[in-house]
Amino acid sequence: MSIPSGSTALLGPSGSGKSTLLRLLNRLADPDAGTVRFHGTDVRELDPLELRRRVGLVPQLPAPVPGSVSDNVSFGPRLHGREVDPERPVRLAGLDESFLDRDASRLSVGEQQRVMLARALALEPEVLLLDEPTASLDADATAAVEHALQNLRDVSYVLVTHDAQQADRLTERTVRLEAGRVKR
Amino acid sequence: MSTVNVTLGEVAASLALIAVAIAVSFWRRAELEQDIAVAVLRSFLQLTAVGYVIQAIFDTDSLWLVAALLVGMVAFGTWTARGRAKAVPAAAGSIFLALSVAATVTLGLVLALGVFKAEPRYLVPVGGMVIGNSMTAVAVALNRLADEVHDGRRQIEAMLALGATSFQAARAIVTRSLRSGMIPLVDSTKTTGIVFFPGTMVGMLVAGAEPVDAVRLQIVLLWVLLGAVALSGLIAVSLGYRGFFTDAHQLRDT
Repeated sequence: MSIPSGSTALLGPSGSGKSTLLRLLNRLADPDAGTVRFHGTDVRELDPLELRRRVGLVPQLPAPVPGSVSDNVSFGPRLHGREVDPERPVRLAGLDESFLDRDASRLSVGEQQRVMLARALALEPEVLLLDEPTASLDADATAAVEHALQNLRDVSYVLVTHDAQQADRLTERTVRLEAGRVKR
Repeated sequence: MSTVNVTLGEVAASLALIAVAIAVSFWRRAELEQDIAVAVLRSFLQLTAVGYVIQAIFDTDSLWLVAALLVGMVAFGTWTARGRAKAVPAAAGSIFLALSVAATVTLGLVLALGVFKAEPRYLVPVGGMVIGNSMTAVAVALNRLADEVHDGRRQIEAMLALGATSFQAARAIVTRSLRSGMIPLVDSTKTTGIVFFPGTMVGMLVAGAEPVDAVRLQIVLLWVLLGAVALSGLIAVSLGYRGFFTDAHQLRDT
């Protein structure tokens, strides 16, 4: 299976292996068999830390670090020895700069999820991996996150979802998974 | 210093208190009767056996035998702490190193500073206390570490996904685990003399030592133990967390 640039959905019921597959793409896990390649290179030959900067992940449930939204957005770049202006990724994620000084742990889950998106975008990744980013959100928060994703430019993304309509709304192509296999 | 003789009859008399403990357990259905009986039997056999071992070491006055006894204590302490921290992958090596270094460095330091003489009658009991307290601290710290990793998987993986190293992702929980291993001794050191009288001091007073001498020795021991516990806890958690991660900074499935 090959995932081209642009936007791709991994669609399937829960337990079909979507999230597991996603974790292989930034090497949070390694496959028991087979090879994952990024731009043709076996990911095991790449520095995992640099790979994860280039292939960012937005988790299914928000996991903010203690501190402000600004602290959260700056967290990733600081790990790589860089400082960023947190305002730009926060805007890209559909939040305004008034959020920057707010305590991330006190935001709503929907807002926190956009902070997770901003935090991943702050690393200026080539690819974003989105693990059911709206699974725990209500309709309004889902719409806000989807709006932010639709407005993303210059970054490819792989979206894991069990919602076929969301896959159609947000991505150019869909790969269906069932019981750990790609369905043709 | 006067000597104290405790007859076997006097030891047997103290079993009255064990009867109280068993009665309480039975009455409140705590189901500890069997454990208490095993504890009584083991404490009697283990302490009697070690009493003869110590007597033999004192008679020969051999520092090699002291070293062998301390190595045995480290090995047994490793085995015990390992049993209590089962959820930490490959912990035995970290625990063994933590206990060995804590014992070597703290005993070495007190000898070098001239606090104690290099004689079996100092090294055996002090070494035993250092290793015993370190064992408890290491077990508590590693247990906490395993709980924190288990409960914090999502948080840890989120940090790894941003390009954090295993060390960066685990730093906060390693610190919290170290604290939890050290806090019991820090707290008991704070309250010593007010809420409880530590065993060494009690033993010396019962044996007829001057209170000032008993207190000074106790202070030295508490401070030595604090150093040992800090050192062993630090080594155990600093090495122990690595067992949860692969070389590629992945969190293992545990």
